[in-house]
Amino acid sequence: MCLAIPLKVIDIPSEGMAQVETDGVTIEVSSILTPDIKKGEYVLVHAGFIIEKLATKEANSRLELFKEIYERKN
Amino acid sequence: MKEKIKVIKNLISTEIQKQNISNINLMEVCGTHTMAIAKYAIKSMLPTNINIISGPGCPVCVTAATDIEMGIELASRSETIIATFGDMIKVPGRKKTLSEFGNVKIIYSPLDALALAQNTPNKEIVLLGIGFETTTPLIAATMLQAQKSALNNFSVLSMNKTVPAALEVILSSSDCKINGLLLPGHVSAVTGRNYFDFLSKFNAAGVISGFGPLEIMESIYLLVKMFSERKKEVINNHPQFVTEEGNQTAMKILFSVFEDADVDWRGIGIIPHSGLAIRKEFAQYDAKKKFKLHTTRIENPPHCLCGNILMGKARPNDCKLFGKACTPANPIGPCMVSSEGTCAAYYKYYL
Repeated sequence: MCLAIPLKVIDIPSEGMAQVETDGVTIEVSSILTPDIKKGEYVLVHAGFIIEKLATKEANSRLELFKEIYERKN
Repeated sequence: MKEKIKVIKNLISTEIQKQNISNINLMEVCGTHTMAIAKYAIKSMLPTNINIISGPGCPVCVTAATDIEMGIELASRSETIIATFGDMIKVPGRKKTLSEFGNVKIIYSPLDALALAQNTPNKEIVLLGIGFETTTPLIAATMLQAQKSALNNFSVLSMNKTVPAALEVILSSSDCKINGLLLPGHVSAVTGRNYFDFLSKFNAAGVISGFGPLEIMESIYLLVKMFSERKKEVINNHPQFVTEEGNQTAMKILFSVFEDADVDWRGIGIIPHSGLAIRKEFAQYDAKKKFKLHTTRIENPPHCLCGNILMGKARPNDCKLFGKACTPANPIGPCMVSSEGTCAAYYKYYL
């Protein structure tokens, strides 16, 4: 039910709307809950709405603890 | 990723052995986690003394039969079209389900219900408002849009709920054995990490988790580690999308339309401050008021253990009906209806 997927904003056709894309599939969603999104940003989409922007620059960011754990093993 | 999962799997086992932990009970709060844990066979990667228990976070499962009956009453009227997320249509009411009505439309987004209202001006469109903090801001935003467009054939039947009060009921119960909570990543994207700081009142730690197998394993490791270190923090292990404060715009929109209310949870009963009612300023979009719906409380079907299952006190196998009288094709309790329900996940992956 609370399923949400990360998508990339490729266009802002009008205020309150955004065109988002993953693997070549494009959909138009509402950006009313995240008014300051910009083209190129990654966002979390749930039921036709962007519910949040990517909080960090790296899409695969991890807690420091785990970064250290994985580095140690390599 | 497989390599990393193996690393975490070993860390969990080592921690359990090193600290001589005989038993630890962790609850996944969110229905999407229930499905992911089953799908990725997470339990098979964990030592047997880690018990993973499902919680109350499947919104369809916790929708009271009384609320379903109100939806059915509205669907029985010739002037209405019910717009709903798919899972709701199979939930049994007293005698019928919504799937038996021709005027029930499955939607992907609340905005689809708005479009339906615009395109069918001679019908009353009622959106079934279900969901937690992830979904309710969307419903609130849709109602604001309806107000802006001066639509008068659109309303919402609110069954919306919030996560904290239900967790408080579970954690404050005298026989609660839960040591840690796997907290919902998408709810937290909206609410922020600090929304769960109330957990410090109880004897349980929390980790906000994403939904992939590695993230779930990492979060379980963090819960085990906090248990052995006797820590009770709320750690954000979904930093990609979860911030300390969450999406304040979404929360503001939510509370501009809805207000705190005491609501009925399937199998649990009425929990104070656990749900959301439509504010009186938006009464014209409140289906309960618009159609003067009355509520007579309906009890759970006899022998159905969904209530105890939602509270983490019973497992599907403890229920006499599970897999026999109650199956996904013929669900009796709501935990079997939703694909994210604990019983449906057990039926699909563990039977």
